[in-house]
Amino acid sequence: MTILAFTLILLLGAFTAGMLGSLTGLGGGVVIIPLLTLVFHVDIRYAIGTALIASIATSSGSAAAYVKEGITNIRIGMFLEIATTTGAVIGALVAVFMPTNIVAIIFGCVLIFSAILSFKPKANTVVNNDTSELARKLHLNGSYPTPDGKVTYTVHRVAGGYFMMMFAGIMSGLLGIGSGALKVLAMDNIMRIPFKVSTTTSNFMIGVTAAASAVVYLQRGYISPGLCLPVVLGVLAGALGGSKLLVRANVTKLRIVFSVVIAFLAIQMIYNGYTGKL
Amino acid sequence: MKHFFSKGYWADKDIQQLIGKQLRLGVITASVLVFTGGIIYLYRHGTELPGYREFTGVRAGLDSISGIIHGVRGIHGMEIIQLGVVCLIATPIIRVALSAFAFLLERDFLYVFITLIVLGVICFSMVGELAG
Repeated sequence: MTILAFTLILLLGAFTAGMLGSLTGLGGGVVIIPLLTLVFHVDIRYAIGTALIASIATSSGSAAAYVKEGITNIRIGMFLEIATTTGAVIGALVAVFMPTNIVAIIFGCVLIFSAILSFKPKANTVVNNDTSELARKLHLNGSYPTPDGKVTYTVHRVAGGYFMMMFAGIMSGLLGIGSGALKVLAMDNIMRIPFKVSTTTSNFMIGVTAAASAVVYLQRGYISPGLCLPVVLGVLAGALGGSKLLVRANVTKLRIVFSVVIAFLAIQMIYNGYTGKL
Repeated sequence: MKHFFSKGYWADKDIQQLIGKQLRLGVITASVLVFTGGIIYLYRHGTELPGYREFTGVRAGLDSISGIIHGVRGIHGMEIIQLGVVCLIATPIIRVALSAFAFLLERDFLYVFITLIVLGVICFSMVGELAG
């Protein structure tokens, strides 16, 4: 296969990945790594570098739309970014010493976990008992606009959320993914932030977190222009198409199919990591 | 709504719009550079064979800003793609810097400080010789 054919096929694959990633909310990065390693037999280190760039592309692309709506809580995002960026730098440092097959196994586990989480019903719970001293001091409590007026919410268990975010950051730096599922988990389940706010805030954070480890990976030679070319363009176009489709179509069935595919890819990654093929 | 007619409200609103514009501009610039570099790269190397099975790291010149700029001057496709990638990486970082400015306009010094910590961590990862 020539570089031209390789680029065109990968462009198509990345387009699909970006589209499915935006439909399920898992992001473009998670599909890119199995696509590159399992289908195109690319070394996992190149795949990680490429997936990081894909995460930044989708995050920045869709963040531009969210800022206008005023749902993103920049304060929560910025405060937790201290945790995710330090985590991302630690993850990128640990990655040097980590055997690639272990990275593949961890990646598979995070992938299965993310697929299961995407099934969880998204209850938009708004909790309004102001219990966290730290949340008040850090001005984390906020509000977001709905057709029925402003909804105010309070934030809980700030310290717990902070450490969960640090873990999400380490995973992001180690595996090259946005780890959006872990971020949403920290904000929804631990900090009790309404789903609408946590999704857009997590998206805002993904780009910044990925950028923190991307600068390390770039200097380390993990980020290859030959792979970024089809992946960046494909994922961006796919994410754009996916967000258009999301408005019009009922995607429940597609989401189930996609989660099954992701789980299958995850098992493949774990198996190949276990047998030392990756 | 309390600050609706005050100067502060509009300054904040303007900066949010500026951030939205900056994000779009960053993504578009990156895409155009990647696309342009990609055409040149495919035109010159399209018939060669891809080699990503063995990890060797990218060739010299693609892993540093000075190397990339040098290659872009010589109209090398790969370096132009990589410049687009650098633009993409810079997009969220510039956004954080703009947020620091937005918090400064709001006179929220706690968050100016928090934002500067985030920028500091990113700068540390950039210049901290962490590449190993």
